Amino acid sequence: MQRIGVFVCWCGSNIAATVDVDAVVEAVKNEPGVCHAQNYQYMCSEAGQGLIKNAIKEHNLTGIVVCSCSPRMHEATFRKTAEQAGLNPYMVEIANIREHCSWIHKDKKEATEKAVILARAAIAKVNLNTPLRPGESMVTKRALVIGGGIAGIQSALDIADAGYPVDIVEKSPTIGGKMAQLDKTFPTLDCAACILTPKMVEAAQHPNINIYSYSEVEAVTGFVGNFDVKIKKKARFVDEKKCTGCAVCTAKCPSRKGGNEFNCNLDNRGAIYIPFAQAVPNVACIDSTRCIHFKTGKCGICEKSCSAGAVNFDQKDEIIEQKYGAIVVATGFQISDVTKFDEFQYTKHPDVITSLELERIMNAAGPTKGTLLRMSNKEHPKDIVFIQCVGSRGNTCRDKTYCSKICCMYTAKHAMLIREKYPDVNVHVFYIDVRTPGKNFDEFYRRAVEQYNVDYIKGMVGKVWENEEGRLTVQGVDLLSNRRIMLDTDMVVLAAAIEPSEGVRNIATMLTASIDTNDFLTEAHPKLRPVESPTAGVFLSGVCQGPKDIPETVSQAGAAAVKVVGLLAKDKLVTSPCTANANELMCNGCSTCERVCPYGAIDYIDKEVNDHGKREVRRIARVNSALCHGCGACTVACPSGAMDLQGFSNRQIMAEVDAICK
Amino acid sequence: MTYSYFPGCTLKTKAKDLDDFGKKSAEALGITLEEVQDWQCCGAVYPLAADEIATKLSSVRALAYAKEKSQPLVTICSACHHVIKRVNNDMQSKEDIRTRVNNYLGLDEAYNGETEVIHYLEMLRDKIGFDELKKKVVNPLKGRKIAAYYGCMLLRPNKEMQFDDPENPTIMEDFIRAIGAEPILYAFRNECCGGYMTMNDKALASKMADKVVNSAKIKGAGEIITACPLCLYNLKENSKGDLPVYYFTELLAEALGVK
Repeated sequence: MQRIGVFVCWCGSNIAATVDVDAVVEAVKNEPGVCHAQNYQYMCSEAGQGLIKNAIKEHNLTGIVVCSCSPRMHEATFRKTAEQAGLNPYMVEIANIREHCSWIHKDKKEATEKAVILARAAIAKVNLNTPLRPGESMVTKRALVIGGGIAGIQSALDIADAGYPVDIVEKSPTIGGKMAQLDKTFPTLDCAACILTPKMVEAAQHPNINIYSYSEVEAVTGFVGNFDVKIKKKARFVDEKKCTGCAVCTAKCPSRKGGNEFNCNLDNRGAIYIPFAQAVPNVACIDSTRCIHFKTGKCGICEKSCSAGAVNFDQKDEIIEQKYGAIVVATGFQISDVTKFDEFQYTKHPDVITSLELERIMNAAGPTKGTLLRMSNKEHPKDIVFIQCVGSRGNTCRDKTYCSKICCMYTAKHAMLIREKYPDVNVHVFYIDVRTPGKNFDEFYRRAVEQYNVDYIKGMVGKVWENEEGRLTVQGVDLLSNRRIMLDTDMVVLAAAIEPSEGVRNIATMLTASIDTNDFLTEAHPKLRPVESPTAGVFLSGVCQGPKDIPETVSQAGAAAVKVVGLLAKDKLVTSPCTANANELMCNGCSTCERVCPYGAIDYIDKEVNDHGKREVRRIARVNSALCHGCGACTVACPSGAMDLQGFSNRQIMAEVDAICK
Repeated sequence: MTYSYFPGCTLKTKAKDLDDFGKKSAEALGITLEEVQDWQCCGAVYPLAADEIATKLSSVRALAYAKEKSQPLVTICSACHHVIKRVNNDMQSKEDIRTRVNNYLGLDEAYNGETEVIHYLEMLRDKIGFDELKKKVVNPLKGRKIAAYYGCMLLRPNKEMQFDDPENPTIMEDFIRAIGAEPILYAFRNECCGGYMTMNDKALASKMADKVVNSAKIKGAGEIITACPLCLYNLKENSKGDLPVYYFTELLAEALGVK
């Protein structure tokens, strides 16, 4: 018989306001096995933990139940507490009476009843708990960073500086990401390239960093400390070692009909191209879908013009297999599709552009060499209207529900830069709210309004159309004067919502890392573990986790790197003992469990067994506990009931169900 | 193919063209439109009061009739389509309304939103196909520049109507192409015509209608088509009236040679 202590937490008023904690203690103190029960205001505090430790010693407890918040929050805390008092940590069970009870119920009587039921279930389980011992696994001291934007570059640099080797996998031919496309950065207005390109070079030259550009992660298996990753290095048809980046081929390529992604398709590039002059690696790449040679077998001008002999039309995709201890996801974002918002005429009129397109137009290396021009007639504009929150903060099927966070600041930046360079241009900004928290951010926005006389209009735009003079008319509302207004303008700039990069779902699935309804990767805890995925060994850097600007991205990238370094610094990791196990007397080797195991943790051996005196060789399932995640899929799939999960055995689960249904 | 057909009151009075040409064209396309027996007013305006059922009953009668015949219910008038489609959605998804309407009507078999409601244009697009329609055109309207006017009833609320993209619809432009004419895209094709405003603020209604017509004229349209009797009235009577406005069925009949 166990000697169980039950500890009911108030969580301040989080639980105690809705659950009668005294009544819970009263109700459970006579449950089978319970020999001590009490409540306390904050069980997770030092005093609360002390209380548990004392009770364990005083009452000689063999197991404890803590009725508190979700086990995701404090199971580890209370296991440690128990261990310090000499109890096996797996003799601790949490009854979640906060998230599953007090937070979702209003009626105190109902909530108290439910809390008692949850406590009884946990007690029934502890009665069947047995001490478990965790195992150990080795750590591969190498990190993988997926995505080579500023987030990935910064994480890689910080990990590399701490002395660990890092590989960056970037799907495009160069690292640099979205930041490389920006002209100036807020709030200091220094040029993006001037602060980014040195970091790109540093990453390329760092002895601990290896860049796989034009590459994608194909498959990930394994677990924290021991990931096995397959990387596909796509054929770029140019030998990276021979190419000098002289760009003769890119100038001579005759296939120039396709858009230049780096300039948001505002101009065209050749089929062989280097995305931009400061690309890292500075190596050309052939887009085989556009290359004349790949279509007709002719041309080959790039091959003939390359003095280094780097062009190689026979290059094939290459698969690289590598082991990693930790993985940083830094897959970033893309601009959401604004074609759904055709009231703004984006698909119909070339003078309606997105903010990222404006960045390229304003950039000296962009399609207009940095001169602000209307794309329709290449004339100087007199008026520009900015529309904020296009696709953000909405509740229709077209919108993202979230605030994209960076648009208020970059729009203020655009408005100010235009007014500075072209004082004759009138700038109007339609906004819902101006959100500029951040160091020196609000001052920046106010400068746009007060010093640069940017016309901020509180209200949304309903429609944009081409008027008789071939200019654009913007119909909107000024909520402060409660009037509908019409503005004639030459350009309309849409601050489109940002969303996670395409393909992030695929990567999340490979990593078994969870994503939210907007496809942003979920953090292990929104406040206390913001750079870790709930999947051990996977860390989050940059916008893949949620909208953020450059300073925030760089901070998070550094934080993720520290977490990686903390992991790689360990020689061994403790593994969870809650893994599956096959009872060899009951297993009939049917292979059902192997088929449902998502981690490939099950194989079969022929083993001699002694079945009640009858000796025979049988095919029996064997679980590799290093690979098993303890998901329990095999235990429910097993037709003969031979599979069981340590710490969550069928008996324990049924005892909980019985206690709940009693 | 035979469909149940709900013409609606205006199509028997002011908007006879919409009805006549619609039926003739359907015939030419090999489709029989069977008028719902003893149909009554659709309700004219979809009632927004959550507990309103009386004005939904006649729509449900027409829907139940089509269900009995196992036929989709075809509408032409934008307003009728709007009301009947939304009432049908209510009958599918709002248990409270479904129960009360069924209790009131006492039909032999309860109606639960089984009927498919399609607008004549949707019938052309989804049941016949614009490519098929094109093949049956005997008198293509070559050289005519036609502006499609959608109004609001067919497009919104998009979640319920599921007719086309409310900001960038294409169904009427595709229709214009199918009958051999050139569609003119203009900004106000999905803006309000003035609606019932014409009853108590003629000046405002005029302003709104003018905006639509001018917007089409600037883009070079020679005529406007619509599916809505009220839109047609407003665009014709409340604008300066220098662009002819037709029902889309009239041009369809012309193209099919049955006008």
